[in-house]
Amino acid sequence: MAQTVALPTATTPVVPAKLPLRAIAPWAVFFGVLMLVLLYFVGAEQGATSVFNGTDVHEWVHDARHLLGFPCH
Amino acid sequence: MNSATVRNLLVRGMLAGLAAGLLALVTGYLLGEPDIDRAIRFEEAHSHEHGVEVVSRSLQSTAGLATGVLVYGVAFGGIAALAYCCALGRVGRFGPRATALLLSACALLAVYVVPFLKYPANPPSVGDPGTIGRRTTLYFLMMMLGVLLAIAATLLGKRLAPVLGTWYATVAAVAAFALVIGLAYAFLPVVDEVPKDFPAALLWRFRLSALAVQAVLWAGFGLVFGELAERLLAPRSGTAATGRTASAVH
Repeated sequence: MAQTVALPTATTPVVPAKLPLRAIAPWAVFFGVLMLVLLYFVGAEQGATSVFNGTDVHEWVHDARHLLGFPCH
Repeated sequence: MNSATVRNLLVRGMLAGLAAGLLALVTGYLLGEPDIDRAIRFEEAHSHEHGVEVVSRSLQSTAGLATGVLVYGVAFGGIAALAYCCALGRVGRFGPRATALLLSACALLAVYVVPFLKYPANPPSVGDPGTIGRRTTLYFLMMMLGVLLAIAATLLGKRLAPVLGTWYATVAAVAAFALVIGLAYAFLPVVDEVPKDFPAALLWRFRLSALAVQAVLWAGFGLVFGELAERLLAPRSGTAATGRTASAVH
C-alpha cells in the first residue's frame, strides 16, 4: 500500500525544505575559511606570497597549479 | 536537526569533492601531463640557467599533481556543499539532485570559466616570473568577481521572478551577469606573456586540457554529490501526504 501512495511523488517535482541560514552560518564561517586556506596552499603559496620559506610547497604542487589554472611562475 | 543536516551535507560535499578530484586527476594525468612535459622541454631548450631540482619531475607529475588536485577537489567540494545548503529549496522547483548539478554548472562557470576566459591557464615557460604577484592578484580577483556576481545574479533573478516570471527573470539575471563580467574583461589589464616562439598548438592543447580537468571535476562533483544529497534528503523532501515525514518537512 505504501508504494501506491509513494508512486506519484516520483513524477511530481518536490521542492526540498529550506535550511535556515542561521544553521548554516557557523559551518560556513569555520569550514569556509578552512577550505579557503587549503585553496591558498594549492594555488598561491610560495608563488606570489609565502607563509613558509623555500620553494618546497610550490615545487610539490607545481603541475597541479599549472593544470588547475593558477598562475605558477 | 538543521545543523546536523548542514554537517552531513558538508561531509558529503567533501567526499564528493574527493571522488571528483580523483576523476579530474586521471584526466589531468592523461591529457595534461604530456603537454606539461613538452612545455618543460621547450623551457629547458630556451633557458641558460638551470636551477636545482627540488622535487623530481616523476614526483611532480604523480604524487604532487595528486596532492594539488585532490586538495582542490575537497576544498571546493566543501565550499560548494555550503553553497548548496543555502541554495536548496531557494532557487526554484529543483529537487536535491537537480539542485546539485545546477550548482555545479554555475560553480564551473563562476569559479573557473569566468577567470579562464580573461586569464587562461598557462603551461610551464609561459609567464614572466617577475609578474607572478600581479598575475596571482588578478586571477584571484577574477575568481572572486565570478563568484560574487553569480550570487548577485541569483538574488536578482529571485527578486525579478514575481514581476517578470521565472523565464524572463532568469534571462535578465544572466544578461546582467554577462554584462558586468564583460565590463570587467574590458577594464582589467591584459596579461600576454607567451614567448614569441612558443608552439601555438601546444598552448591551445594545454588550455583545453586544463578546461577538461575542471569540466570533469565539476560534472563529477555535481553527479556524486547530487546522489549523496538525494539519499540524505529524500525522506525529508518526500511527499507531505505520508504522515511519517510530514513533521520533518516544516
